[in-house]
This record gives sequence, structure tokens and C-alpha cells, in this order.
Amino acid sequence: MLRYIIFAPLAGAVINWLIGRRVRNERFIGIVACGSVGISTIIAFYLAFKSDGALRSTEPIMDHLWTWIQVGSFRADFGLAMDRLSGIYALFITFVGLLIHIFATGYMRGDSGYYRFFAYLNLFMFAMLTLVLGDNFLLMFVGWEGVGLCSYLLIGYYIDKDEAAPAAKKAFIANRVGDWGFVLGIMLVFFLTSAKGVASISFFDKPTQGVISALTTIAHITPEPFALNMLWYGGITSIAILLFIGAIGKSAQIPLFVWLPDAMAGPTPVSALIHAATMVTAGVYMLARCSAIFTHAPTAMFIVAIIGAATALFAATIGLAQNDIKKVLAYSTISQLGYMFMACGVGAFVAAIFHVMTHAFFKAQLFLGSGSVIHGMHHEQDMRRMGGLRKYMPITWLTMVCGWLAICGVPIWAGFFSKDEILWKVWVAGPFNLPAGAAKALWFVGAVTALLTAVYMTRLMVMTFWGSERFRDAHATADHAHGHPHEPHESPLSMTIPLIVLATLSTVGGLVGVPYAISSMVGGHPQNYFEETLAPVISSVPNTGGENATAKLHWLTPEPQAVDGKPAVAPAGEAPGSATGHETPSPQEINEERLLALVSVLIALTGIGIGWFVFQHQPLRAMPRLLENKYYVDEIYDATIIQPIKVGSREGLWKIFDLGVIDGIIHTLGNTVVKFGRTIRYMQFGFVRGYAAIILAGALIIIGYFAYSGAHALRFLVK
Amino acid sequence: MVPQLSWYLALSAVLFTIGVVGVMVKRNVISMFMCIELMLNAVNLTFVAFSSFFRDVTGQLFVFIVMTVAAAEAAVGLGIIIAIFRNRESLDVDDASTLKL
Repeated sequence: MLRYIIFAPLAGAVINWLIGRRVRNERFIGIVACGSVGISTIIAFYLAFKSDGALRSTEPIMDHLWTWIQVGSFRADFGLAMDRLSGIYALFITFVGLLIHIFATGYMRGDSGYYRFFAYLNLFMFAMLTLVLGDNFLLMFVGWEGVGLCSYLLIGYYIDKDEAAPAAKKAFIANRVGDWGFVLGIMLVFFLTSAKGVASISFFDKPTQGVISALTTIAHITPEPFALNMLWYGGITSIAILLFIGAIGKSAQIPLFVWLPDAMAGPTPVSALIHAATMVTAGVYMLARCSAIFTHAPTAMFIVAIIGAATALFAATIGLAQNDIKKVLAYSTISQLGYMFMACGVGAFVAAIFHVMTHAFFKAQLFLGSGSVIHGMHHEQDMRRMGGLRKYMPITWLTMVCGWLAICGVPIWAGFFSKDEILWKVWVAGPFNLPAGAAKALWFVGAVTALLTAVYMTRLMVMTFWGSERFRDAHATADHAHGHPHEPHESPLSMTIPLIVLATLSTVGGLVGVPYAISSMVGGHPQNYFEETLAPVISSVPNTGGENATAKLHWLTPEPQAVDGKPAVAPAGEAPGSATGHETPSPQEINEERLLALVSVLIALTGIGIGWFVFQHQPLRAMPRLLENKYYVDEIYDATIIQPIKVGSREGLWKIFDLGVIDGIIHTLGNTVVKFGRTIRYMQFGFVRGYAAIILAGALIIIGYFAYSGAHALRFLVK
Repeated sequence: MVPQLSWYLALSAVLFTIGVVGVMVKRNVISMFMCIELMLNAVNLTFVAFSSFFRDVTGQLFVFIVMTVAAAEAAVGLGIIIAIFRNRESLDVDDASTLKL
């Protein structure tokens, strides 16, 4: 059953590629593309929510297709598994993917490569679902590479645009750097589990196939100490950091984030689907999937947290000064991904996944909204030439307001709960993987980022939807061949309906994960469904002092001993008296969490206020050059990495090594042979009798040698 | 007066030398060919003489092999000679020198 989730989009891609390119009927292509993803969505929802579905039982749904590779003790299956984590991912990937497919049928109307676009998009869905549902590292890597390929194809989709091809190449190369780490990490997992006697790269125990989970094996190893030299020790910390390098590439973190802003050269639905909602969150998925590895590697977790926080702040400051509407959203995506990694780094994997989900809703909404604006503005992306659009595009405006409030973290909207959850978890992060004071510093970075996020998103909204209508001036100067004035117009239904659905989800989607401290205020104590669902499949950080309300159920470790009091180490049993297995936090904690939530709200409102007052008056206010030029990161990379490689390749590898050494060897060899042949060709003088004379001379020399030195010379031959 | 082994060897050496000198000095390809045959048969004579002297039949077996090879060589050689003659209208080996660069 599970296999149809991934193979339906693949079939759609094949049909569109083979048949769609011949019929070239947009309706047919759109129905095939949306229909195949729709099938996946329905199956995914059915499998997740049926009575013994993935989200409702503790056992994952397995679908073993075939044994892919078996060499010695190495074994990789083509097998799929949907547990709670991959279930949640599969749900929002298929659902958001479906909405974006529908949106794209309207957005791409009239494009000459319609069939090609949807074939790629369906192929992407196949790869992404393989990534998420694959039950071992290698199959995950197949999906990982598949989404990278589709990302490359779709960024470079506009083949007649000059910036598309280099952007696609940049994305591909930056991802290769990360993949290098990922592959090494997988190899190290195999070596480590081999050393423990249960070689495996599987995520799950598969009793029928006799496969034991690599994660279980690693979870039984004692956590490594918090020390820098563990990084190159070759143990769990090394694995974790190598896997994280893969995540850095895919999820656009410092230092490999440079590809994501350029990836906006692709069509806007692609930016929404691949570069905001799904593919770039694959790194977070991988970290959560490997939480058993990361919770045994405190050093790696610390680095994850630092890189995540740094990226969040760094990208937010750049986003403040961009004028291209999609570039702002791209940097915002990088920043939010940094948030998720910061959460992973402090062990709040559940909060990270929660933010992935809400982010998928509101960022997809914002991207599609920007796509709707770009569509309505006739492919104008510069916010300086927009303004006052709310009168012309009311639905887009209203839906984008939902996305805007969600990302800023205004209460009730989805982003508030997930962002607040992350900030709280960062605040209380324990001593296991953070030096003293680091948690508070990280929280401060996160809070500043939240403020900046609210400011730049408000700037985007103000520049686009409020203020004077600047598009007329722009179009008066622009040269338009087809005479009639370009009034912005609202988008067709196929585009506004996905916007409305996503705006609704951005508004209410966060309610599945309301933390206890807040839900207890309204009475009735609704449970934090999201956390309860995910907690059993995520490893938690040991020794957090019991303050952290993250999952105490520890599915990977052996059965915990029944203890009455508070257990000293992580795998705690169910707390007595608690039906759900969660301890009720103490009142001080609840108060602290509520206080922090209040601070978050104040930060968000302050940010919105700053943005509103500054940019309402001066929408075209000049931003600092340093920020507008993205800290010159591209230029720095160009000067320090790309140019040295180019110069080294041209001057060293090409001119010295290739021309000098390799060609030199070949040419010297050839010339020597030619010269030698030229010398000895004079032996061939062409007269038969001359040859006979040479034979005679040779015979005489040999006979003469034996005659002179005697028959004993032959003894060497006889022996 | 019983013939000695050395008599046969001397005769064989004389015949072989005649063959060698013939190959060296003759230009006519047929003559050269005959001289080669002469050398082969000089060697055959040596084989037979030693075979008789040592009372060992191996030498005579070698003679048969040499004769077989000589017969094959004659067939191939005459074929080549005819082919050369058709191309060159000549039996002079010095005319067939195009192998020279």
C-alpha cells in the first residue's frame, strides 16, 4: 500500500513526459499531475489515520519491495516505512504538494514547457516521498539525490533566462558538497554497527528480513563526552557531524546557504514547494530521524545549535534589505531553517518538526501569494515597483496577511506556537550539550531573529500591498509593445483556492501542538497532540534535569526499569498518575514558559510595529549597503574559493599538469618511438640476399661463440 | 674400406656450404629456392648419419619432419614465386625490393 504513495507521482511524471509532450493539452497534463499527487495524498492520509494507522499505533507501517543490495554483511532494501515522523512528513508533503500542483496549473498557463514542468514536479514528489519513506540510509540517500536533481532541473526550468542555468548549477554543486558528508556519514554508520557485530544501515528493525536497526545499535552505545576532539574520533560524533554536513547542504545553512537565494530563478510554485516547504526541510527530517545518533553526540549537537542560530540571525538581517519579493522570502526560509536546526541542536526535535510543518504551511502560502502577486503584476518581482495592491488583489492580500501574521508569531496563528515552542526549549536546554550560559545566548539570538523576521515581513507586506501605487511609474517608463496599460489583476480560482486553504492552515495549523503551559490557560487542558504523537519516535537528550517536557518515552533504549521516583537517566517510565506518560510541569516552569510566550508576542508586535511605522512612511527607504549586498558572501566565496579553484585548474591542472605532465609523457613516448623507428628503418634495405647474409652472419656468430667457449656454455641451457 | 661417420659429415658440410653460397650469390629466385632445398637435405644427411652411428631412430624421425616442412615450403614458395613473376615479369629477387622505405 505504501508503495503507491511514491509510485503514483512517478507514474504521473512518466505519463506527462511520454504522452503529455505529444498531446500538449494543458488540461490533460494538469489532471495527470494533480491526480497522481492526489492519489498519494489520499493514500497517505488513509494510512496515517486509519484505526491502526501510522499516527495512531506505535508500530510503523512497513512495505518491503525488494532487497536492493546484499554484499556480505551489507544490506540495503528497497523498503518503505511510515512511522509517526515520516507519517507527518508524508502528510504535509503530499497535501501541500497537491495544493501547489493545483496552483501551478494556473500559474504556468500558456508556458511552452507545461508538460516538462509537471513531469519534473511529479518526479520531485516521487523523490521527496522516497526520501521520507525510505527505511534505510541508502534509500533515503536515493531520494536525497533525486530531490537534488529535480531541484536542479526546476531551478533551470526557464532555459531562456540567463540567470537560471548558473543558479541551477550553483544549487547542484553546493548540494554535492553536503552530499559528500552525508555519504561518509552513512559509511561510518555501517562501520560502527559492523564493529558492534550488527552491521546495518536500516532505520527500523525488520524481523521478517532479519534486519536490525542501526539506530537501535547506536542508541545502546554510551553517549560520547562533550569534547572537540570527538569530531575526528570516528565515533558517533563524527557520524553526526558528517550527516549534519549533508543537512547543511540540503537545508541551506551557513556556509552552504548561497544556493537557495539564487534558486529563486525557478518558477514560483517550485520555490514554494521545493525551496520552502519540503525539500529544504529534508535536513531537519534527517536530523530528527537520526535523533538517536545526535543525542549521543553532544559536541555535534552544540555545533548544530550554533550553526542554526548563526544562520537564523545572518539570513534575517539580509532579508531585511532585499527588494526582490522572492529573495526576501528565500532569506526568510534560510532563517527559519536556522531556527529548526537550533531546535534540533538543543534536542527539541519535536519542536523542530512542528516548526517544519507550520513553516510548510505559511511559507508555502507566502510563496504562492508572492507568485500570485508576480502573476498579477505581469512578472514583476521588484517590490519597489509594487505598492497599494490590496485593492487590486484582495484575496491574495487577505491570505498573505494570514501567512504574515503566522511567520511573525502573532498568537493563534501557526507560527506562534512552533516558534514559541522552539524558543522555550532553547531557553531551558540542559547542560548535556551546551556550555553554561549558551542556552540563554541562543535564546537571545532566536529572539532577535524573531524581531527581525517581523520587521522584514512587515516591510514586504507594506511595500507590496500598502502605500502608493508605484507600478504605474514603472510601467510608464518600461517599454511595452502591446499598448494597453498593465493593471494588476486578481489571479484565477486555481490559484486563489490553494492560497485560501494554505492561509487557513497557517491560521489554525498550529493548534495541533499547543504547549501545556498555554493550553492550560484556556481550561480543558487539551493535550499537545503533536508532541504526544512524535515523542515516542524521537530520542531525547539525557540528563536535562527533568525540566524539559520533551518525550520521556524512549523507544530505542531497552525497557526502562520500573522506578518509583524520578529516574536519574533519560529512559524514564511513565510517571505515576499520568495517563499520557507526560509529567505535568511544575508551576514555576509553567509561569516561566508563559512569561517567555508573552515576551515572544511582545517581540512580534514590536517588530510589526517597527516595520509598519518605518516602511509605511518610507517604503523605498534605502537599506544598508552591506545588507543589500548580502554581506558580500557571494563575492567572498568567489574570491576565496571559486577563483582559486578556477585559476588553479587553469594554470596548474590544465597548463602544468595536463599539458605538461600527462601530454608530456604521451608526446615523449610517441616521439621516442618515432625517432627509434626512423633510426632502425635503414635495416630494411629490401634485398632478399642481404637478409640471407644477415641470417648467415647471425648463425656464424652463435656457432662461433660455442666453438670458442666450448660445449660447456650449453650447460646453462640444459639446466 | 668402410665409410666413416666423418665422411658423411664432410659431404653434408660441403653441400650446406654450396647451398649457403648459392643463396648469397644467385639472383634467380628459382636457383635460390633450389639452394635452400640443398641446405635442408644437407642437414637431413647429417641426421641420418648420426642416427645410424648412434643406433637411434630419432634422427630419422626428424628427417621425415624436415621433408614434410620442405614439401610445404616448396608449395608456398612456388606460389609466391609465381605471384612475384606475374607482378614483376621477372625472376630477379633484386627487383622485388619494395619493402624498402
